Amino acid sequence: MTPEIFKEYIAQVLPTATFDESGEWLNVLIAPADWKPFAQTLRQSEHNFNYLFCLTCIDWKTHLTMVYHLSSTGHRQTIVVKANLDPANPEIDTVSDIWRTAEFHEREVYDLFGVKFRGHPDLRRLILTDDFVGYPLRKDFEDPVNMIKL
Amino acid sequence: MDVREEIREKTKDFPGEVHPVPGGGIMLSSFDDIVNWARSNSLWPLTFATSCCGIEMMSVASSKYDFSRFGFEVARATPRQADVIIIAGTIVNKMAPVLKRLYDQMADPKYVIAMGACAISGGPFFYNTYSVVKGADHIIPVDVYIPGCPPRPEALLHALIALQEKIKSGLTRDQIRGEKPQP
Repeated sequence: MTPEIFKEYIAQVLPTATFDESGEWLNVLIAPADWKPFAQTLRQSEHNFNYLFCLTCIDWKTHLTMVYHLSSTGHRQTIVVKANLDPANPEIDTVSDIWRTAEFHEREVYDLFGVKFRGHPDLRRLILTDDFVGYPLRKDFEDPVNMIKL
Repeated sequence: MDVREEIREKTKDFPGEVHPVPGGGIMLSSFDDIVNWARSNSLWPLTFATSCCGIEMMSVASSKYDFSRFGFEVARATPRQADVIIIAGTIVNKMAPVLKRLYDQMADPKYVIAMGACAISGGPFFYNTYSVVKGADHIIPVDVYIPGCPPRPEALLHALIALQEKIKSGLTRDQIRGEKPQP
């Protein structure tokens, strides 16, 4: 299996998706609204991406990007799915019902970036204390007590 | 001669004279010196490692460096049986209350060694964050600091020996720093 096969397949399933092949794996950029059905399709298709080995978020100052690394343990294939979110109100559907591991990953991203995951069964803080104010992994996070401006 | 050199001179040898006589021996010493000597040579460290310096501490416990040669053999897993806490690693804000509680639960006399850049000052690379405590001495008093990232095992051994010298001298932390007159 090659990235071309995935490209053809994904272009079939989701025509709005754009691709980036500069990295090691095929990058698929999608709209956040398409994510849930697309994820379900990837999980249940013959490619069977049954392993979500990384779920994280990137702050680009202008927007937030959700990054999902998906692997197929049967076919030994990996693709990366990215979705850009609005930093003022970042929301995306949860995939914790498709990949169980997303439950904690999404709690972590919610805690450190403030992304809301619609339909998450138990969206509460994972790492920070309950009274913590702000989202420390965002670029605009300021903590005048502990951090110096460079 | 500053205080440290005086201490080193004073604690070089066994504190007392042993006179062998038939059937045994007579030892002349002062009781305080003997107690301090015994204490300093049976320091039990608390097993407390929060990051990579912990690996270095394990290596000091291993056969190659072997801190049991200096009486640090018995690393305890409970603060109630430990004399010295070696802060091996970064202390973050969430860990700070735990460290304070462990220190408070240790029985007196207790000693603290801050091992590595993180325990001294918050670390060489993640000091400018929201989460890291900039030095363990913001939380508990520290007796010996070990610079380095990570410090070599020899540096930890040196710090342990330095702590032993301080204990053998029988002076308080303030007296060693010259903040209070010596008795």
